[in-house]
Amino acid sequence: MSVLQEISPSVRSIKPLQSTPIALRAEQIREELKQGVKKPFREVIDVAWGDAQGAGIKPLTFVRQVLAACLYPQLLDSNRLPTDVKQKARGLLSECHGGSMGSYTDLPGIPQVAREISEYIARRDGGDPPKTGNIFISPGSQWALQNILNLLVHGHGEVRSGVLTPIPCHVTTIESLHSLGGVSVPYYLSEEHGWELQMEELNRALEYAKQVCAPVALYVVNPGNPPGHVQSKKSIQDVIRFALEKRLFLLVDEVYQDCVYADNVEFVSYKKVLAEMGPPFSDTVELASFHSASKGFLGEAGLRGGYVELVNMDPDVIKYACTIFSKDTAPTPGQIALSVLANPPRLGDPSYPLYEMETQQMQTMIKANVRRVHEVLDSLPGISCQPVEGGAFAFPRVDLPPKALQKAKEMGMEPDTFYCLRLLEESGAFITPGCEYGQKEGTYHIRYTLLNDIMLMEVCAINHILINCRHF
Amino acid sequence: FLSYTIDEYLLDTNLSLSSLTASRRGLPQKKMSENGISRPKVLTLDTMNPTVKMVEYAVRGPIVQRAVELEKELSEGIEKPFTEVIKANIGDAQAMGQQPITFFRQVLALCSYPELLNLDNTFPEDAKNRARLILQSCGGSSLGAYSPSQGIDYVRQDVANYIERRDGGVPCDPDNIYLTTGASDGITTILKLLVCGQGIDRTGVMISIPQYPLYSAALAELGAVQINYFLNEDNCWSMDIQELQRAVNEARQHCHPRALCIINPGNPTGQVQSRDCIEDVIRFAAKERLFLMADEVYQDNVYAEGCKFHSFKKVLFEMGPEYSETVELASFHSTSKCYMGECGFRGGYMEVINMDDDVKSQLTKLVSVRLCSPVPGQALMDLVVNPPQPGEPSYNCFIKERTATLSALAEKAKLTEKILNTVPGIRCNPVQGAMYSFPCITIPDKAIKEALEKGQQPDMFYCMTMLEETGICLVPGSGFGQKRINEGFVVMTILPPIDKLTILLNKVKEFHQRFTKQYS
Repeated sequence: MSVLQEISPSVRSIKPLQSTPIALRAEQIREELKQGVKKPFREVIDVAWGDAQGAGIKPLTFVRQVLAACLYPQLLDSNRLPTDVKQKARGLLSECHGGSMGSYTDLPGIPQVAREISEYIARRDGGDPPKTGNIFISPGSQWALQNILNLLVHGHGEVRSGVLTPIPCHVTTIESLHSLGGVSVPYYLSEEHGWELQMEELNRALEYAKQVCAPVALYVVNPGNPPGHVQSKKSIQDVIRFALEKRLFLLVDEVYQDCVYADNVEFVSYKKVLAEMGPPFSDTVELASFHSASKGFLGEAGLRGGYVELVNMDPDVIKYACTIFSKDTAPTPGQIALSVLANPPRLGDPSYPLYEMETQQMQTMIKANVRRVHEVLDSLPGISCQPVEGGAFAFPRVDLPPKALQKAKEMGMEPDTFYCLRLLEESGAFITPGCEYGQKEGTYHIRYTLLNDIMLMEVCAINHILINCRHF
Repeated sequence: FLSYTIDEYLLDTNLSLSSLTASRRGLPQKKMSENGISRPKVLTLDTMNPTVKMVEYAVRGPIVQRAVELEKELSEGIEKPFTEVIKANIGDAQAMGQQPITFFRQVLALCSYPELLNLDNTFPEDAKNRARLILQSCGGSSLGAYSPSQGIDYVRQDVANYIERRDGGVPCDPDNIYLTTGASDGITTILKLLVCGQGIDRTGVMISIPQYPLYSAALAELGAVQINYFLNEDNCWSMDIQELQRAVNEARQHCHPRALCIINPGNPTGQVQSRDCIEDVIRFAAKERLFLMADEVYQDNVYAEGCKFHSFKKVLFEMGPEYSETVELASFHSTSKCYMGECGFRGGYMEVINMDDDVKSQLTKLVSVRLCSPVPGQALMDLVVNPPQPGEPSYNCFIKERTATLSALAEKAKLTEKILNTVPGIRCNPVQGAMYSFPCITIPDKAIKEALEKGQQPDMFYCMTMLEETGICLVPGSGFGQKRINEGFVVMTILPPIDKLTILLNKVKEFHQRFTKQYS
């Protein structure tokens, strides 16, 4: 018998992230196809994850040129690379210890990167650039989020800390919270109102939370994942007031801030709204805002670059944050990606035309996909989709006939899981069911990514099959 | 030492979590707003997760902070008795001028910007082929895609092959390999898995003193019980089974010992454990039913005559099925040390042996919360475990660079031991491996008195004074758990280039003589 039979209950409580029944079946089908098994399709159409480069979208040239030059500085002597690439690479390397990407970096990271992030925030929000001591760079935003949760959450003992989390919500943060022994208390976004966050519901959730845990923070995702809602300024103000009044730490996941598509919608950061609200909010409400190089135009998920900006955090606590973050410095390639995120080529730079063209291409593709989603889905009975204003996914609602519900029950699975499995088996389309993100009882959803240039044609194919699927 | 668990502490002090809310305790951590209404912060030292408060990470602690301040002052033109700050405290080889391996950087550059594959004369063919193979194994043929959370299959396969070759054919299942964000991520993950229970059943983890502060920091953060076992200074810092037995027996009275951590070659002591010693440790772990954690990141850094690196896995398997089929082991490796020195990429792996299937699935779940480890680091690990072979275009250059780096380290290890041992009041054990020397310094009574008056440990006071006077930043031994009156330990890396190291060592010598005289 194993020494490790006793596992920390917090670890046990984590739901598996990547090995869901659908993901496993998709993997199996890939294997079967490789071995020549005949199917009604040639390949698995993976539109499940928000992984742009995994889906075949090319990285931005500028990022990769800078990265290559930093990795192998001999390239700086050749005339293969544009001058602004070389300048940026030289600048970054000059601030690395020993002039090499191979060294550890201090908190908060390569100094130039920290400065660039600070200046980026100032350009985005107006006002003074934040102190680099309030910015922590980490291997991805989720890593930073877990570190902040670690500061907040009491995971043992009779009363555990709780965090209010949206329903629906991507799984990683919630499981991260569970792994620390924290409690997630859901608040339901309102589908009928475009997945809006409603204050009444937040209040209800908080009252419930007080009975089961010691609520300490509120987690908001803006723009949303999976729903593609972009929060209005008024809504953000309401949330900030709520946080002050109810004494909650605000954790704001803004990794999709560069992904806004609807014409009359704009992303505005929590920090900006907070600053504009003035005292007592602006100097009291504690806020952690997260961003990442994994999403948006960069899509450099594999490089693991993210950061958190802390606002109004107690300076004594920041000292401990330093200790926690210093154990897990961000990998240097990820820091380079962040440097481009924060300080991309500008008009007049040699790399600007190409950079602009590549980002425009992505923007056009995604906007086209969003249009297609609404055109196609709005014409199909039994499927409806709230306006996708931003983010990386479509999250339509599917009405399942009683026969399907019955069949799913017999098979011991959630109806939307059953639906997605059928879709996978018949068309090769790999999407994920709403039950993985949480949804109102009795409703069913599916999620698929917009970050895919095969989407344009395949959305039509998928949805054609969706209709057929309905005749279980 | 942590003599009882965090939960016992909380019970003792009658703190219930709900009462920790600052506002209810009327604590002074209040922020006054303009109209004079007090608004206490949600997150203060009192409301913070208590286990975080126990965390001290000495490698980046107060002395390093002071070193950074001094660097800033120097750059602002403030005059000091030195012209540069030398951070001889952290095992960062490239920061100290060690050159990266050309082949590795070429392949990584090609992987990052595959257009370079089309250039004719800039890169050798084998570098290009490797880049193509690695890219093929990545989602969307890009380093920027997420990888499976356990790591890229192709890389795990190569890691498994490396381990088999290294261990003379002992089989390695790629399914037991996890690619991690540096070795420290793997170590922390296994500890997260292990630590549970309340009160007397709280998990205890045995760590060597002197130790690398990552372990004590991780244990504190997890609220685990740290069980110290002392390495034998008189026998070149070897492990001593009697001492292990003493430590575990004592620990059983107040916690549930479940794991034993070993660093081999050692950090900061540099000892390379003998094969016999490793066998004894394995027998001990089997008898006491402990999970073995073998941190082997310095496995290529072995310098001393008669010393050889033996992997715990190899020894385990050679001890026959009684042990090889029962003892649970996790071994850790990384791209940060050895001859690579690629700390910034955060590449690493762990191999888990004899882990229960149910436990393994919990581990897999835990790892998936991290999404995946940095893909450039995974690519780099692939190159480390599968370097250029004889006959390949890059082989000669690779071997030359690797040999030069490792022999320079060996030379520096010897030089360090030699010079430090010429100083009265300093004695230094041979640096058998790894990247540090761990000399013992005699601290005069007067200095100890002044230290305590300042509220500092004597060896911290010694190091702070050395920093202010010479710009040399060392880590005091108290950060590593060793405590003794009149004697302290300091950790100094052997990494600076040899001429700089010689100057450094002589400055340390001069400082020590001055310090001793000043406080006599």
